[in-house]
Amino acid sequence: MSQKMKRKKRKETILAWAFLLPSLFGVSCYVLVPFADVIRRSFSEAMTRTYVGIQNYKSIFENQAFLRAGRNTLRFLAVCIPLLLALSLFFSLLLMNITHFREIMKTAFLVPLAIPAASIVLLWKVFFHENGLLNGMLTKFGMQSTDFINSGYAFAILIFTYIWKNIGYDLVLWSAGLAEIPESLYEAAAIDGAGKGKTFLYITLPNLTGTFFIVTVLSFINSFKVFREAYLIAGDYPHESIYMLQHLFNNWFTALDIQKMSAGAVVVAVSVFLVIFLSERIMKHVKESGGER
Amino acid sequence: MNRRIQGIRYGILSTALFLVLLPLVMIAGGMFMGNAELVERIGGVLGINRNRASWRAVPSYMTLKPVVELLLDSPKFFKMFWNSVRQTVPVLLGQQLIAVPAAWSLGRYSFRGKKAVRNLYILLMILPFQVTMVSSYLVLKNQGILDTSLAIILPAVFSTFPVFIMIKFFESIPEELMEAARMDGAGEIRIFTAIGIPLGKGGILSAMILSYLECWNAIEQPLTFLREKSLWPMSLYLPQITADRAGVAFAASAVMMIPAVLIFLWGEGYLEQGIVASGIKE
Repeated sequence: MSQKMKRKKRKETILAWAFLLPSLFGVSCYVLVPFADVIRRSFSEAMTRTYVGIQNYKSIFENQAFLRAGRNTLRFLAVCIPLLLALSLFFSLLLMNITHFREIMKTAFLVPLAIPAASIVLLWKVFFHENGLLNGMLTKFGMQSTDFINSGYAFAILIFTYIWKNIGYDLVLWSAGLAEIPESLYEAAAIDGAGKGKTFLYITLPNLTGTFFIVTVLSFINSFKVFREAYLIAGDYPHESIYMLQHLFNNWFTALDIQKMSAGAVVVAVSVFLVIFLSERIMKHVKESGGER
Repeated sequence: MNRRIQGIRYGILSTALFLVLLPLVMIAGGMFMGNAELVERIGGVLGINRNRASWRAVPSYMTLKPVVELLLDSPKFFKMFWNSVRQTVPVLLGQQLIAVPAAWSLGRYSFRGKKAVRNLYILLMILPFQVTMVSSYLVLKNQGILDTSLAIILPAVFSTFPVFIMIKFFESIPEELMEAARMDGAGEIRIFTAIGIPLGKGGILSAMILSYLECWNAIEQPLTFLREKSLWPMSLYLPQITADRAGVAFAASAVMMIPAVLIFLWGEGYLEQGIVASGIKE
């Protein structure tokens, strides 16, 4: 019997790997091996392929454009992620507390996800151009026209675009998290005479810790895609307030600066992993200390 | 009192939804706006005249002329539209061949190394394009497929995101069903095709819709891997059309948006399931 079980187990393992093989082959061929090569290149000189130590890393950290783009990216993340998280949670709570049109409203929030970046380019110009609708409204109140896209306001426009695009995605995640909280907890709180505010603070929020982590990570990942809108609306060299790492990589690429790009890719990869690793750590810590209470 | 709070809730939600849906409504309206009205209303934005922009929810004179002109009389637009289709459909089909079996393997079998593969797939899923941009470029150049549609298709086919989404759906198929099929003498491959695929349909469709929206909206990949502009998809060509031919610019935005919105409306339930699946923690 045990012999038979073992044979079965082995057969299963072989099968599992067989199902996995095409995907694993492609992933190795298009991502893993090339990326290993990029790590090697990040320590070498592009032409002669000789080892140069951390020279490339030093050069990007001394590069003004890299520092500025990095700073801008961080600033963008620091503003857009908390804002998106708060707004989407707020709206998912509102949705949870209404009786009619709940599903259709949720669907409506998701619509921007389906609108291609290219389709909104013209429209954003209509809104934010010097002769656009927004300026039309402002001048009625006696204010001066501004070219929003090519000024410091570009940053705000990009934040707005990111939130517009992603609010539905996060809202669906929050709603799923809210639905998982057992009804009995709320009932118990009601029996104890807890009001709305207390119920939210002591029941809803602590039970959303896991969801909070996931929503943060996914919002972080999705934030890199805002480059699409930024690039199509403002081009290669947008206003300096929204010149981000994505623009810089794109411009390094146009110049085929493989050395800088390799080191830059490794730095960004390490930073992304670090952010996700740290937030997972923090989440675990919060969850454990929450359990002791 | 309670009714008033409820009313405030509906008020806030409606205001937010107005903002969220406004772009869709405006693009749809602009699609039916004739050339003369377009120049009159937004010529100032397009650099044709110095008019202050104005808008109406419904054009004062509805016409399909710009759409017809775009579809029948713009060979370049037509080509770009087909480029988009050519760079999207093969990806979706290829992902079915590659990702579905992989997700089945990771979702249903237990074997040594499974956890490592799974974690690797999650890591690859969260990497932004900019990280793999240079490595992809080098490998595509090596294979001699830079500047062909394959440069867009092949890396996307092996994306690990659909695998991750589908794992959750395959995992939720009850084990008893598979055991019963084994009792009846069904082989493992038969179980995969007769039980896995039909019961995992929700996951497959969810992953497909998310992939479709991603491919249809691809900007970074064609921008990097296609120097030859005649291969560019619509997403890159569209901003250019605004300058060339203002009269059809809104029609072009709408024509690009319509397939995505239709697929969204048809598969909204799957899309939502897919998003929820993307957020399930390990």
